[in-house]
Amino acid sequence: MQPLFQRSAGLNLKLVLFCVLSISMMTVDHRFSHLQSARTLLREIIYPIELLVSLPSSVMDTTVNIVSTHNMLRSRIGVLEEENLQLKFTQQRMGMLDIENQRLRQLLHSSDKIKHRVLIAELLAVDQDPFRQQVRLNKGKNSGVYIGQPIIDATGIMGQIIETSNNSSTALLISDPSHAIPVELARNGLRSIAEGSGKADKIELLYLPHNADIRIGDQIITSGLGGVFPRGYPVAVVYDIQYPETDSFAAVFARPTALLDRSREVLLIAVKNNLPAQTSPDETQTELEEFD
Amino acid sequence: MINLRNIWIIPATLIFALALTLLPLPAWAQPFRPDWVTLVVIYWAMAIPRVFGISAAWVTGLFLDVGQGALLGQHALGMVMITYIVAMQYQRIRVAPLGQQALIVTGLIIMKQAEVLWANGLANRLPDNAYYYFGSSLLTLILWPWIFIILRDIRRRFHIA
Repeated sequence: MQPLFQRSAGLNLKLVLFCVLSISMMTVDHRFSHLQSARTLLREIIYPIELLVSLPSSVMDTTVNIVSTHNMLRSRIGVLEEENLQLKFTQQRMGMLDIENQRLRQLLHSSDKIKHRVLIAELLAVDQDPFRQQVRLNKGKNSGVYIGQPIIDATGIMGQIIETSNNSSTALLISDPSHAIPVELARNGLRSIAEGSGKADKIELLYLPHNADIRIGDQIITSGLGGVFPRGYPVAVVYDIQYPETDSFAAVFARPTALLDRSREVLLIAVKNNLPAQTSPDETQTELEEFD
Repeated sequence: MINLRNIWIIPATLIFALALTLLPLPAWAQPFRPDWVTLVVIYWAMAIPRVFGISAAWVTGLFLDVGQGALLGQHALGMVMITYIVAMQYQRIRVAPLGQQALIVTGLIIMKQAEVLWANGLANRLPDNAYYYFGSSLLTLILWPWIFIILRDIRRRFHIA
């Protein structure tokens, strides 16, 4: 029989202890990277739960594949073949331009690496904190994923890897409020920084003066400054420009070209020369392809 | 006396709650996702404060942090604060009618939500429309009676006194 109004003696002590511990952990986690290994450990423990949760959507995909009819598959193949033909046509011209570009660069004695290795990863169907724009990927350290690695989809830059464990990784999207990416306008090379807003369809260009040459519809590409993202990948398209009189900078808003909230498959670009640690050679062959 | 043989049911309910938290929802519904893990933590802290105390809540909070991709300690801090209040007042909360209990729990959840928002604000991670997310806390008011009854039945079935 426990006494009715007895309290655990160390309750206040515990409260203070754990509050201090939590706050210092948050600070360390925010400012430094010392807690990365603890995070990876906890991540490995909950990874089975994540797999379980994303199971229904992968089962769904498989089922759709099984029950889709012959005709549906035939028409799909038709569409894909047409798309492939168009891409090949573009590729022919690109190959020529690439060679020409390299020759010109050699003339200028500048060595700019254009080729990057890519790795295809799939998103885990797992939801994250609604306050943050993050996605979980099904490739991790074992496939050579490293922190800071840029990820793209078929239409543009998506974000960068912020956390890796053995078989999975977490990427921060360019629309997260704590993410900023160095960019330039494709039209005139005007440089800026694009900061996320917390919404998947909006990023803001910072530090552009009122008289900057920028128009609605301008393409924004990565500038390659900062060394994380390679140069020249599409980031967003400007859709709104405001000139607040109280501010010396214009408020420029752009819509990311990548389908941040819809892509299922993404590409990881290896900017560093960082090969997978433990993959067998044939697996490396299939997963890593040259990308121009 | 507390029956320790069936104690595994506590982590099992917490894992289930974490799975519900990670379950993909359409984008419009995401802000209204109830804080399942915290609700389950509140129940156990109230029902068996001797076994499920501040330490257990803190560890659960860390797992929620990692699952949510939040700062390590963000949800854990909220869990510790909530569990402290529950541990101080569990006799009163337990005997309160379900409606009142739901109100108290909603208050606790709003407090935790505010703490998480505050930490996000300090870390410069606050999205434009942050206050919108308090909507999920209000959903607690409707959900708590159901969660309470389900977990109470589980607790009785497995004889966790």
